[in-house]
Amino acid sequence: MSEPVLTVENLSVRIAGLHILQGVSFTVAPTGVTVLLGRNGVGKTTTLRAVVGLTPRNGEVRGTVRMGAQSLLSQRTHRLVRGGLGYVPEDRCVFAGLTVAENLRLAERRGTRPAYDRVFALFPELDRRSRQRAGSLSGGQQQMLAIGRVLLNDNRLLLVDEPTKGLAPKVVTEVAEVLERVAESVPVLLVEQNLAVVRRLARDAVVLAAGRVAWAGDAQELLLETALTRSLLGVGSAEGHQPAGPATDQPVGSATDRVAGRRAAAASAPEDGS
Amino acid sequence: MTEVKSPEVSAPPAAVPDELTEQPGRWGRLRPFLPLVALVVALILPYSTLHLPGIFEGALNSPGTLQLLAVCLVFGGLAAGYDLLFGRTGMLSFGHALYFAAGVYGTDILITRAGLPLWQAAPLAIVGGTILAGLLGAVALRTVGIAFAMVTLAFAQVGAILVARDFGGLTGGEEGLPLDVAGLPDGLVGVTNTVNLYWLALAYLVVVVFVVHRVSGSPTGRVLAGLRDDERRIGVLGLDPYRFKLVAFTLAGGLASAGGVVYCLIVGGASPHITSSELTLSLLVMVVLGGPGTRWGPVLGGILYMYLDHRLVSFGTSDAVNALPAFLSRPLSQPLFVLGTVFILAVYFFPGGLASLAPRLALLRDSLRPGSRQQG
Amino acid sequence: MDAIILLTLTGLGLAALYFLVASGLSLVFGLADVLNFAHGLFLGVGAYATWWAAGNLPGAGPDGLGFVVAVAFGVAAGTLMAVLVELVLIRPLYSRTIEQVLVTVGLSLAGVALLQATWGADARPFPRPAWTREVTSIFGAQVPNGGLLLIVAATLVLGAILAFLRWTRYGLIIRAGVENREMVTALGIDVRKAFTLVFAIGGAAAALAGALGSVYFGTVSPQQGGSLLIFAFIVVVIGGMGSVVGSAYAAVAVGLLQQFVNYYGTSGLGDICVVALLAVVLLLRPQGIAGKAVTA
Repeated sequence: MSEPVLTVENLSVRIAGLHILQGVSFTVAPTGVTVLLGRNGVGKTTTLRAVVGLTPRNGEVRGTVRMGAQSLLSQRTHRLVRGGLGYVPEDRCVFAGLTVAENLRLAERRGTRPAYDRVFALFPELDRRSRQRAGSLSGGQQQMLAIGRVLLNDNRLLLVDEPTKGLAPKVVTEVAEVLERVAESVPVLLVEQNLAVVRRLARDAVVLAAGRVAWAGDAQELLLETALTRSLLGVGSAEGHQPAGPATDQPVGSATDRVAGRRAAAASAPEDGS
Repeated sequence: MTEVKSPEVSAPPAAVPDELTEQPGRWGRLRPFLPLVALVVALILPYSTLHLPGIFEGALNSPGTLQLLAVCLVFGGLAAGYDLLFGRTGMLSFGHALYFAAGVYGTDILITRAGLPLWQAAPLAIVGGTILAGLLGAVALRTVGIAFAMVTLAFAQVGAILVARDFGGLTGGEEGLPLDVAGLPDGLVGVTNTVNLYWLALAYLVVVVFVVHRVSGSPTGRVLAGLRDDERRIGVLGLDPYRFKLVAFTLAGGLASAGGVVYCLIVGGASPHITSSELTLSLLVMVVLGGPGTRWGPVLGGILYMYLDHRLVSFGTSDAVNALPAFLSRPLSQPLFVLGTVFILAVYFFPGGLASLAPRLALLRDSLRPGSRQQG
Repeated sequence: MDAIILLTLTGLGLAALYFLVASGLSLVFGLADVLNFAHGLFLGVGAYATWWAAGNLPGAGPDGLGFVVAVAFGVAAGTLMAVLVELVLIRPLYSRTIEQVLVTVGLSLAGVALLQATWGADARPFPRPAWTREVTSIFGAQVPNGGLLLIVAATLVLGAILAFLRWTRYGLIIRAGVENREMVTALGIDVRKAFTLVFAIGGAAAALAGALGSVYFGTVSPQQGGSLLIFAFIVVVIGGMGSVVGSAYAAVAVGLLQQFVNYYGTSGLGDICVVALLAVVLLLRPQGIAGKAVTA
């Protein structure tokens, strides 16, 4: 096993007095997709945001996060990103009032040639729609733009937060295909709720529960253990609608299903909260 | 931005030297009685003929000093009432002057123009100011944060315009409206009775402090504190933030109107500058200087601010300042320049205001003791 | 008919003044979340610097090219002031919104007091070219030239700001930052440089408003910034915070409403109508005519 690209040690995050993460440690392998799993509200997004330096001001971060030998926690976000840490946030966050071309142009950097050929090879749609306002794109297209924006530069690691959230099943498959191709050249730390996507992409998995790492290891092994998956992720039970067993192979989880699942999970959150 | 912060220094060290435990202990026993001591001092003060040169111009019981003190006490109460919004609920209102002015002009107009006696005019002015706060609050609270600040500012501006333009010839416009003393009880008229106005101001301050403390100690007060810390959490609990904020806004407005009544009697009339946004900004400065959300900070801030605002004028024209070169003496003769600068420095260096100074000084003192070194 | 043309043009003159103050406020608030009470001070600094330059600066004067030099000096002073305020006072409090507002409040109190200490509390006659005191006859209405000058200046500033936002890289960063500042940093851009820039733009526009407004009114006084500021705030809220075009529309609406109602109704009624307009807009459309929701 070669050196990990990202090492998180004893990461704790407290926001407005609430302990969101309590000593999380894991590593991200230098190739392939490492997926970060867990029930809703367990701190997956908080973890990614802490790594990229976007913890809100009323939050407090402790522990160490290293990319190679470089320590990340004390640095400002834009420096981390310029240092090769690509971040695709939850809910895509494209600039709705700007055109597709302008969204991409924002990611250009002085001194490096933007890799438009790479982006347009993956997403020819973005080239065709370059003059369209990003806010008028479909959810899937916005996700493509959010990923494309990051791929304009070379990255050492990509952080991708729930790229399939709220997308139609067909689009989920498209996004998964793209991520699969992207992961051939750059390691990805992925937060993903859709287990079909996880099964397709993930090599390693880290499962968070109650602000700590509950399980870490080979992702495919985790998925084979139905009971384990159920207890850690709360899926496959009555409240979740996503099939977790290895028998189902289809990417499922339409927007409505997922929202229903989310509500159920949110309602039950106080029980499993620490 | 990620900030790696050190843990807060609230936890006491495991083993504390004897002399250190005793010190906070004695202080802690005295603390609850300090307000009582202050109240006793405030009660004795009008009977003292003591001269404090440099601090007050006349003797303590001279009418001039008593009037200054009364104004300070009223603003101590006003600041405490404003803190109900800013420090305890997290609402940044820029229009609090409006409800104060409603009390001042309401009393003045009802007595001077309508010829009502004080005992009718004062309750009417307070009720009117409270209703006004309730109505305008109901509209303004449809917005939050900065937008709320701007809407309250705009509403207060309407009050300022109404007063300055003298609609219906009620307010006296730019000249202001002197209070017709014929409508007042004899005990409140004349220089010799200034002491009664002082009592009135002290009573107002006590009432405001009592109300604010009762409210913040009640379940409602805990909801308000929750709104300040994180409004969403209150929403999740199934409580309606709007209602609670409206209650706080109306109550604070009512308290300000009552302060207006007292102020009108002390200064004997109304002048348009009390409607200006500058007055609200001063309230904000008082609260922040004193320590928002603390028990006594805003009161202290209000008293100290008004005292400095008055005294800095004579300080600015004193020989010591006049002897300085012009580029120093001129700004120093402007109380607002001094107060504004002090305020900016306070925001940077004493975010907790005066109220945070005592614990800080204690900390400093402790760290200077040889005993604490060994523990380190 | 003459009265309507005159009121329209003087109303637009007022709108121009509001726009010059509001455009900077709006950008600063939209991008950096700073509610800048010191913005009136930038206006005062611009006005007094112009006034000082016209009397003391070699090459500057109350007339012709000298007047242009004096105004340029005033604008430069306002810009410098704004940049210093951002770098020294605002930046250390980055993202602490309330503290930033408090600092600008303190600054506005102290700054106005300082102007007052230096040049006195009373209004002083403002040096201005003779032609600005005259009127131009437009369709029979006698319109003051000072007002027309304001309209021309505001139109040019509007065009310049829009071109800057549309066609430059920093303009792109500012537009994106108004939408989602955090995401701009997540693309590897140091958004704080853009903060300094919007303060500079705002300071320059406000200083220009101070200089040309003083030309229009004929006097300069320390308080003049403060009274304009409240209406500029109203314009910003109605127009939608962060939207320059929204500010322009709102400024025109407010200026015309104020001028017409003050003329046909009672003096002062127009100001009250403006606040009523603000209340109506906020209740119907909390995010303003254009621009992002004002929830910060």
